[in-house]
Amino acid sequence: MQSSTRNASSAPTPPAMPPLLSVENLSVAFGGQRVIEDLSFRVHPGRTLAIVGESGSGKSVTSLSVMRLADMVGAHYPAGRILFEGSRGPRDLLTATQKEMRAIRGKEIAMIFQEPMTSLNPVFTIGDQIGETLVLHEGMAKAAAAEEARRLLDMVRLPDAAQILKRYPHQLSGGMRQRVMIAMALACRPRLLIADEPTTALDVTIQAQILTIMRDLQAELGMAMMFITHDMGVVAEMADDVVVLWKGRKVEEGRAADLFAAPRQPYTRALLAAVPRLGAMAGQDHPRRLPLTVLDGDHVTTMGEARVQDTADYGAPPLLSVRDLSVRFKSRTNWLGRATHQVHAVTQVSFDIHPGETLALVGESGSGKSTIGRTIQQLQDATSGRISFRGRPLSEMGAADRNRLRRDVQYIFQDPFASLDPRKTVGFSIAEPIRTHGLLDGEREIRKRVDGLLERVGLAPAHAARYPHEFSGGQRQRVCIARALASDPKLIIADEALSALDVSIQAQVINLFMDLQAERGLAYLFISHDMAVVEKMSHRVAVLFLGQIMEMGSRRQIFESPAHDYTRRLLSAVPVADPSRRSRRALLDGEIPSPVRAVGDDPAVLPLEEVQPGHFVRRSA
Amino acid sequence: MAGFLLKRLIQAVFVMIVVTLVVSIAIRLTGDPALMLTQGAGSITEQDLERIREALGVNRPFLVQYGGFLAGLLRFDFGNSFLGGTPVSRLITDALPATLLLALVSMAISIALSIPLGIRAATARGGVADQAIRILSLVGLSVPNFWLATMLVLLFAITLGWLPPSGMEGPANFILPAVTMGVILTATNVRLVRSAMLETLQSQYVMVARAKGLSEGKVLYKHALRNCAIPLITYFGLQFGGLLGGIVVVERVFNWPGLGTLAFDAVAARDYPVLQGVITVLSLLIVGVNLLVDIAYGLVDPRIRTS
Repeated sequence: MQSSTRNASSAPTPPAMPPLLSVENLSVAFGGQRVIEDLSFRVHPGRTLAIVGESGSGKSVTSLSVMRLADMVGAHYPAGRILFEGSRGPRDLLTATQKEMRAIRGKEIAMIFQEPMTSLNPVFTIGDQIGETLVLHEGMAKAAAAEEARRLLDMVRLPDAAQILKRYPHQLSGGMRQRVMIAMALACRPRLLIADEPTTALDVTIQAQILTIMRDLQAELGMAMMFITHDMGVVAEMADDVVVLWKGRKVEEGRAADLFAAPRQPYTRALLAAVPRLGAMAGQDHPRRLPLTVLDGDHVTTMGEARVQDTADYGAPPLLSVRDLSVRFKSRTNWLGRATHQVHAVTQVSFDIHPGETLALVGESGSGKSTIGRTIQQLQDATSGRISFRGRPLSEMGAADRNRLRRDVQYIFQDPFASLDPRKTVGFSIAEPIRTHGLLDGEREIRKRVDGLLERVGLAPAHAARYPHEFSGGQRQRVCIARALASDPKLIIADEALSALDVSIQAQVINLFMDLQAERGLAYLFISHDMAVVEKMSHRVAVLFLGQIMEMGSRRQIFESPAHDYTRRLLSAVPVADPSRRSRRALLDGEIPSPVRAVGDDPAVLPLEEVQPGHFVRRSA
Repeated sequence: MAGFLLKRLIQAVFVMIVVTLVVSIAIRLTGDPALMLTQGAGSITEQDLERIREALGVNRPFLVQYGGFLAGLLRFDFGNSFLGGTPVSRLITDALPATLLLALVSMAISIALSIPLGIRAATARGGVADQAIRILSLVGLSVPNFWLATMLVLLFAITLGWLPPSGMEGPANFILPAVTMGVILTATNVRLVRSAMLETLQSQYVMVARAKGLSEGKVLYKHALRNCAIPLITYFGLQFGGLLGGIVVVERVFNWPGLGTLAFDAVAARDYPVLQGVITVLSLLIVGVNLLVDIAYGLVDPRIRTS
């Protein structure tokens, strides 16, 4: 099809051929509201264009508009052209009817979506879903389509393809489902593949596998790719060319290497400055609060102070001690309701948190990191082991003491919208812990305290009367932080509390976390999958895998001299926002194993060894 | 799946025992059948009453009677009608097909109408078609069934003379009662299909199906509808049960020789064996339909079948 090739380390110049796709002065509107304004970009054969932007930038609408799928959710196109060089000559997709588009969709332009868990239809087999495209566009008979589907699954390196054809989506992991999606999208050898955040919902090691497969197949099939993402690390890994979107407009475009090396526009500079980069803290003993680079009208300025976050008080006795904590759930039961399989969510985990310290629990899905947090917060019962707060074991506490503990330990969840009652004002939600624990009496006192808390997290007292839907995601997370602070806790468990936020907002909230720690001597149990954020924030790090701590040590020990194989794999899988550090990864297979085991088949627990003072590594089998 | 069905089967047996027990106790609580039978019959001696009780078997201890009833149930023998002495099982086998047939035809009409209308309303959400369908459904919901039945009879049977007003002689007799029931069921079902479909249409796999280039028909009727099946089957199953019980009004209006008419007459005449038999058979049917619904879950949803 196309003759151009590309290599990973240096992007070739755009070939002299005409662009495959040129979007010219496109505007997209829903009702009277324009969400894309005067957008132009080109995708050349065999090259990858990344469209990056934060939430609300219009990047997903752009991709759906090219497919003319945005029509189905009520979009119309007041202006512009979308010229596509199809197999039957060039054509403006905006003038095509839906019937004409159906001949192009899946055949010449294919699309991969963000959520692999929900993009496959749960009631049809994998074979049927891939075969459907081939029957539709290639006119294949069912048997031939099944054979071709098997070949496609081999191509995305799914082992045991013949078996997988007969399976249903719920029997596959997220990574496997995304490979099936890729196989399905590539079934008819499209000229253009649109990938909308294809790896955002995946674990970092699985993300690395999927990105590698996509890159290899692109070179093999010579197709062009339009890659929609918010993750600058992924952009640096994948893109030849980049378009930066902001509030529905193009801010900047250019070759990926140039854009990362010398961003011209203030917005791009601010965006890149906010991206946490793995390795940025090398050589530092403590985390550092860094000034923010913010967009101020037409130029960027830095705001706030730089400060070494030397808040951890290791001289004091530990605030929280966890010893040999194990948590198991019933998984499968026989028909009498007796458990035959168990989820070994947490297995013999021990650690301490000192006042003023941030301990990060990092790991992928099924590592048990959230279960540990929930067990400490008494949202979940431990199967065995001991949790002590200020030297007192939880098991010896009565109801009153346990309630008191709920005051001293607060929890912040990943999804701020789901964790605020939509029918109550945020002022009510923030005041709730104060009332529940009877900390203040008198409405005026409570009111004053709520106002103070709102101001402390960067909102205004007037916000107290508003409802959660009136806030942006970042503001809602600030409300959740204010609520967590309301009972004046000693320890805050932040469970993926930054994961749903845009990077610029994330950078602000990280600083808020650090400032509160410096002011109040707060300790954090910081649960996260994001290694770069963990590096920025934490004093000590515990790496979890399948419910066990694989390695634990100071931030520097873990990030600069990782000793366990799993830690090294995790670190190497993180995409770095720097195209010149683009790496070829060889990790093509390896699923994250399941923590579900038959009753009686307990996982082996190998001892932890202290390789350096404070640096513990699980012995490998 | 096998374990799941076994569990449901055991539950079903338990439900049947409870239902028959409740029915037996309730019927005994309403009074002495011998007295009721002889009401207004003039000079009846205590010996006469005792003889009648002996003949009906109602003077034995309750558990013996219940045991006898259960033993009879296994042989499909509910005793004889107090009036005329016809075996209750005969009365039921005569009336059941008429009711089942009417219920099935009504359900079929309502499903055939409500699925396309509900899907149309969901895809045109907020549009003219959606508004029209929702208003019509509200009208259907607010019309009482006996009124609609009477109006249809007046119009099509009496004024126009196109259709027979009552009885069950041929296929033409089905039209009026089945349309009455079907229209009223459709009014509810359209809303159910619409809301189930609206939820499914939000799913990513619907967008993926469109991105494959599939036609809207395939996207809606193959990819989306199959995923709405679980709530729809659950509701249709429950509705079928309710239908069997609630068909009595429509059967009365159209003089339909079904279970409803049989039960109505039995209540009026205090013919307890017939009543007990009808209630038992109805609850057996409802339990059976629910078992079928459970099996259907497994057929439409591989997540249930394979777990």
